[in-house]
Amino acid sequence: MPQILDRARARVLEGGAGLDQAEILEILRLPDEDLPELLQLAHDVRMKWCGPEVEVEGIVSLKTGGCPEDCHFCSQSGLFASPVRAVWLDIPSLVKAAEQTAATGATEFCIVAAVRGPDQRLMDQMREGVKAIKEAVDIQVAASLGMLTQEQVDDLVDMGVHRYNHNLETCESYFPNVVTTHSWEERWSTLKMVRESGMEVCCGGILGLGETVEQRAEFAAQLAELDPHEVPLNFLNPRPGTPLGDRPVVEGKDALRAIAAFRLAMPRTILRYAGGREITLGDLGTREGLLGGINAVIVGNYLTTLGRPATADLELLQDLKMPVKSLSATF
Amino acid sequence: MATYCDRCGLAAAEGDHTACAAARELEPPRFCPACRRRMKVQVVPTGWTATCVEHGVLTS
Ligand code: SF4
Ligand SMILES: [Zn+2]
Ligand SMILES: [Zn+2]
Repeated sequence: MPQILDRARARVLEGGAGLDQAEILEILRLPDEDLPELLQLAHDVRMKWCGPEVEVEGIVSLKTGGCPEDCHFCSQSGLFASPVRAVWLDIPSLVKAAEQTAATGATEFCIVAAVRGPDQRLMDQMREGVKAIKEAVDIQVAASLGMLTQEQVDDLVDMGVHRYNHNLETCESYFPNVVTTHSWEERWSTLKMVRESGMEVCCGGILGLGETVEQRAEFAAQLAELDPHEVPLNFLNPRPGTPLGDRPVVEGKDALRAIAAFRLAMPRTILRYAGGREITLGDLGTREGLLGGINAVIVGNYLTTLGRPATADLELLQDLKMPVKSLSATF
Repeated sequence: MATYCDRCGLAAAEGDHTACAAARELEPPRFCPACRRRMKVQVVPTGWTATCVEHGVLTS
């Protein structure tokens, strides 16, 4: 057995401490024949430090497209020749989406907007929307609205938004290759404000942007330093018209290695399968990920692309005897 | 009959749209199949709607 797996077993599984950057890199470099054992270890770590429950979430775009930023993977940037047009979701449809999400058994509903940061119109829509959702449905509301001011952080807390998503997307050293209209540090400072506000921090990123395996390890270590409540892991789904539109998708085994590595870097975090799993890993991939460190899923569709039907994921969870985390367990 | 590919917006009868059709299983349409205008598309967890100003609303 590779020595790094022995070390990980002692430190992460027994001790509950995450691996450091050099160790994460060793994990990412393990050959294919060690993959089953690695996934088993990551699964054991998840079961020991998080338990068998799986947190289920639905996401919806309140404001789609027309974003002034230039994240090179994103079909919602207004700066690329992407076919995605700007559109706003009205409040009754937002509430309906929350109701349909809750009906799947999901406990999390994340409202997302394609913006650099919110303007007054968006904050007003959020206030009205969150209130209407809370009156109609029993579900926790999260938000992802870009970079925030302190006043906006306070407003979101006041609205009852319990978790805020703001992805670092990739490691600090690779970020300038992916985004030029704002910096990694700007994202980090929003995350700091969110942390201090008492909202739960949700922060992850996308693999397959052209980063090296060393940079993947760097990213996992930087996330571990931030210590987010939740880490959503996306795999690039190359979007037509974007600068990364012709990139190859992440190879399935590399994706699974990365999932296990992120779990070993952050034994206690909610590690969520987000976008791109269907493209990268196919239908079987969801099962393999859930048995390799993942303990949360986004069900149904994404923001501009479609996912597998929620029922397929829920049946799989039943099959794997992994209970859906209930609302009472989240307080 | 679709005149235009609803994924890439090119003429449906010209070129090969097999890859577009495959991608469409995990994407909503983006171009109106009748006039190739870019549609306003809203995705929600359980479906999508796509609107062409000229040809109205398509839903999942
Ligand atoms: S800020 Fe968000 S919506 Fe805007 S381009 Fe970047 S990823 Fe896309
Ligand atoms: Zn086409
Ligand atoms: Zn039309």
